[in-house]
Amino acid sequence: MVRKFLNSILTSKWTKVVVFALCLVPFGILLWRGFHNDLGLNPVEFVEHATGDWILRFLMITLAITPLRKILHLPQLIRFRRMMGLFAFFYACLHFSTWLGVDRAFNWQDILVDIGKRPFITVGFTGFVLMIPLAITSTAGWIRRLGGKRWQLLHRAIYLSAIAGVIHYYWLVKSDVRKPLEYAAFVGILLAWRLWSWFTDRRKPAAVRVRQDEPTTAETM
Amino acid sequence: MLIKRAPDLTYKDVTPKVLYMGRRNFLLGVLATSAAVAAYKKLPRVFAGPATGSVPQKINNFVKWPGSTTEAVTAEKDVTHYNNYYEFGTNKSDPAQNAGNFVTTPWTVSVEGEVQKPRKFTMDEIMKLAPLEERIYRHRCVEGWSIVVPWIGYSLSTIVNLVQPKPSAKFVAFQSYYDPKQMPLGGSAGIELPYVEGLRLDEAMNPLALLCVGMYGETLPNQDGAPVRMVIPWKYGFKSIKSIVKIRFVKDQPPTTWNLQNAHEYGFYSNVNPNVDHPRWSQKTERRLGGGFFAARIPTQMFNGYADQVASLYNGMDLKKYY
Repeated sequence: MVRKFLNSILTSKWTKVVVFALCLVPFGILLWRGFHNDLGLNPVEFVEHATGDWILRFLMITLAITPLRKILHLPQLIRFRRMMGLFAFFYACLHFSTWLGVDRAFNWQDILVDIGKRPFITVGFTGFVLMIPLAITSTAGWIRRLGGKRWQLLHRAIYLSAIAGVIHYYWLVKSDVRKPLEYAAFVGILLAWRLWSWFTDRRKPAAVRVRQDEPTTAETM
Repeated sequence: MLIKRAPDLTYKDVTPKVLYMGRRNFLLGVLATSAAVAAYKKLPRVFAGPATGSVPQKINNFVKWPGSTTEAVTAEKDVTHYNNYYEFGTNKSDPAQNAGNFVTTPWTVSVEGEVQKPRKFTMDEIMKLAPLEERIYRHRCVEGWSIVVPWIGYSLSTIVNLVQPKPSAKFVAFQSYYDPKQMPLGGSAGIELPYVEGLRLDEAMNPLALLCVGMYGETLPNQDGAPVRMVIPWKYGFKSIKSIVKIRFVKDQPPTTWNLQNAHEYGFYSNVNPNVDHPRWSQKTERRLGGGFFAARIPTQMFNGYADQVASLYNGMDLKKYY
């Protein structure tokens, strides 16, 4: 009964509106603090760190949706995966443009040197660039054009983005690596779950496997 | 397709609802426990009560040093709430929150090693060894930000001359106070503690090398290195060791904390130098704090703008090699 109730909440269109609004709260807080001169002594660093944290959090949430819907038997959670991935990209755009336009003030010479020469920037930039095709092809039309299998293969790049993001963070800090390691552990668990479920799935008879597969739609991919 | 019924299962074998629900409760329990642990981590700060440690006292008898920079001084609230003092936490806002209970009285500094007259100085003695000067210095962090601070103190050379180094003394090694009971976060700082730093003897004798006991007209706040610290304005901030308990004159170059943590990134000299990048970022520019979100970065100066006074210390040295 509880599950039925939860699923009915998950399928309500109002839930999507509420979740969407919640995902904008961190952005709203940054704007609020910015207008009230409350971003601390190093506001650029503050915004870069805050948006950076939210990219990683949204990437983790996106990657956690498939395991959660299987473990909790809440298949409707899939309705939120694209939104979570796009919010990760939204905060990545804020993060990148703050660095590009404010921190480096569009000083292209320095920016190109940084991207080419500083490994932590190279890896962060790579993670961001990899998210661009995923954001573009996140629509139902693109799933149809690419075909489910190819689309799914392409969207596995989100693992690379998540790993790149964690390395970017790990290489940034000077000595206290606890927070980047927490993210690393989380990505590790999510990847391990997928490998494990892929492995156990392969050992099941074909008939069972077919039945477990989901139809290919924008929401389920 | 032939579908067999499992013959050995009866209604009695159905998992009781209590157990079946137990799994969900277990999951909820895990979530609740995680939330409780996260909340508990924040608790000490909420229920810590009023701070019981040492607080800054007004300093009345200082003179203004003529060499001060005329650049705008960074706001006191900013300099006391944006600190790298890893013994009190690794976030910039941590030291201001966690150093409140740090007790710095009584305090003695032991000056020892290759000297004719080793001795211990009490804080009262240190306050009176030489006339106190207010010196406004630029302060450049290796991370790429800078502040302008009105420090109070006198040249370290005062102490060096008092203890009379032997000819064998070539370097000066400094050591910070470290008490895991007062500094419980030190264990997770990722650097070896107690914090140690060092200078070549001629660097230590340069008049700019400041033995600092105060700032903004008061004795040092705990989070800024109370009660006595070094300020070496031509070097990156981490060379300016805080809360000093030992100054030792030695024959060989002493170990230094950040060099021990990562020798590739932090050298013994660590002079401010826009032409020698940190391996992970450029040192050509810096962010002068207090300018707000859209303030442009400013160029970093050689020896942080103190080249006239200190460049001769490094004549003939390859500063890319001795970074």
